[in-house]
Amino acid sequence: MTAAKAILRRVAPQLLTLAAVLGLIALVHPGFFDVSIANGRLYGSAIDILNRGAPVALLAIGMTLVIATRGIDLSVGAVMAISGAVAAAAITSGIGLVPTLALALVTGIACGLWNGLLVAVLGIQPIVATLILMVAGRGIAQLITEGAILTFNHKGLIFFGSGAFLGIPMPVLIWLAAGLLVTLVVRRSALGMLIEAIGVNLRASTLAGINARVLLIAVYMTSGLCAALAGVIAAADIKGADANNAGLWLELDAILAVVVGGTSLLGGRFSIIASLIGAMIIQAVNTGILLSGFPPEFNLIIKAAIILVILVLQSPTVRTTLAFFRRDKASAEAKAETVIQ
Amino acid sequence: MLSKKAWMGACALAVLAFTTSGALAQTIGFSQIGSESGWRAAETTLTRQEAEKRGIDLKFADAQQKQENQIKALRSFIAQGVDAILIAPVVATGWDSVLEEAKEAEIPVVLLDRQVDSSDDLYLTAVGSDLHHEGKVAGDWLVGAVGDKPCNVVELQGTTGSSPAIKRKAGFEEGIAGHDNIKIVRSQTGDFTRTKGKEVMESFLKAENGGKSICALYAHNDDMAVGAIQAIKEAGLKPGEDILIVSIDAVPDIFQAMAAGEANATVELTPNMAGPAFDALAAYLKDGTEPPKFIQTESKLYTQADDPQAVYEAKKDLGY
Repeated sequence: MTAAKAILRRVAPQLLTLAAVLGLIALVHPGFFDVSIANGRLYGSAIDILNRGAPVALLAIGMTLVIATRGIDLSVGAVMAISGAVAAAAITSGIGLVPTLALALVTGIACGLWNGLLVAVLGIQPIVATLILMVAGRGIAQLITEGAILTFNHKGLIFFGSGAFLGIPMPVLIWLAAGLLVTLVVRRSALGMLIEAIGVNLRASTLAGINARVLLIAVYMTSGLCAALAGVIAAADIKGADANNAGLWLELDAILAVVVGGTSLLGGRFSIIASLIGAMIIQAVNTGILLSGFPPEFNLIIKAAIILVILVLQSPTVRTTLAFFRRDKASAEAKAETVIQ
Repeated sequence: MLSKKAWMGACALAVLAFTTSGALAQTIGFSQIGSESGWRAAETTLTRQEAEKRGIDLKFADAQQKQENQIKALRSFIAQGVDAILIAPVVATGWDSVLEEAKEAEIPVVLLDRQVDSSDDLYLTAVGSDLHHEGKVAGDWLVGAVGDKPCNVVELQGTTGSSPAIKRKAGFEEGIAGHDNIKIVRSQTGDFTRTKGKEVMESFLKAENGGKSICALYAHNDDMAVGAIQAIKEAGLKPGEDILIVSIDAVPDIFQAMAAGEANATVELTPNMAGPAFDALAAYLKDGTEPPKFIQTESKLYTQADDPQAVYEAKKDLGY
């Protein structure tokens, strides 16, 4: 009970922000919360947000862990393109669904292993180490698809992009399941604490007996696996692997989701649930802009303005100032303390 | 010393004269941008095919999206003394000096697909498609298809600010101008990609009464249309019947959709820019006929009546 309360208090700002953004969209587009059933699956704008947000949500899971170790993974967008290309190439070669998925996911894990080795063993700064795969990865994906969009018609693989189970779109189920699984693994064991320890002080945690090298590699491999899942979903969604565009710039959205979720880029404490809500906030903004009917020239400006407002409201300085103006001085100080923590 | 140099020069000239007059086949250098899209790959394939058909010895150089590589390729073509040069310039500026070198060497240069900012006496001609006209052909088709019925159109634009997006939009609007029954009710960018085309179409469908008030979709390229077709199908509507679909480019996948009755029309951006270029060069090299400075390729309209399956079979191996 207290654990649930603690989680709720941690994600309260993100939930309020999400509610505010959704309320804003409902003002612009009255039928926003209407959900009906079409073709045996839930259908509506709110469902679209959950569904379209799947790639960024999945990337954000891995990115949260990487950022908690004071790292960053710029390669996730390119890894999406690679694993999507691998999945498309494998399924068109006729090796069947299970080997195809296995191959695509193993590719993602291998990409993560490469990043992890560069960071943990060679000691290259994460932003530089993952930049290498970010640039080269798209080229690798293009080599696999030979520069064209590699299309496929395998019902089983397409199911992961546009299928539904119990009326809920598959991508939504996948990111929810992945988020739950990773949260349980890191929070029901000491893993989460160890990851935070590495992020706070690598040297101290090593001296305290944490095998930081193995843990760092594992974290980057998790990020690669999440990116591979996102890549398979993105390819299955359009029944084809588009090496040029799959996951393009999504690494930035994933980092933004983590930041909006309140995890510091300086490493340490993290919350996967908050990052997932952050991903939904970003997707809600995207979908809201599309529904609003503004000319496309305004898209990026509106998005930037909304994100700016969210980040300003979350900034410690603004929140302590707001708290300062409240009458109850004692509660203000208590709030300020929780913010600083 | 001097006489030795002169003798060598004469020798070189003689060799050059012998090779040019002795060789039956023309040698043409082709500097391609790279292979950033399926269309570009198809252009390369067709240029090779057209050259082979005419017995031309084509020297191919892939610039991998870099202008410096294209300038190097042009200089090496000039040094080799080719009969003509084709170039698909990666950017519009910075070509003056290398084009002047080609002019001094009396090698005609033909621009493919894209234009340059240099003075037009530095190249023989430019072959390309008129983006504005492509949009107009699509608009004209829709006017003919809906007749007098009221029709709400949703538009999937290309990348915001790109010249194909601006010109294809303006051309389409010109095509439907004067027909007040046809209205563009929603217009958003789909960045020329399938994923964004699908996502934006999903929001169009929700914003427009579940898609019931949408009569037609105009997409600035086929890839976005292919994505949108999936969104329409997933919403329980029939693309091609409930919502008419017209797009531009004529890539193979849209012909598959047309064969299945899920798309209605596409306007071709032909990857065969080399054919007209070779024809103009042949006339110029034979008796000095000056072609016009811009040769516009045909923006051909394909509909379901044009045997889309056969077109698909013909196009699918071009490297799209």
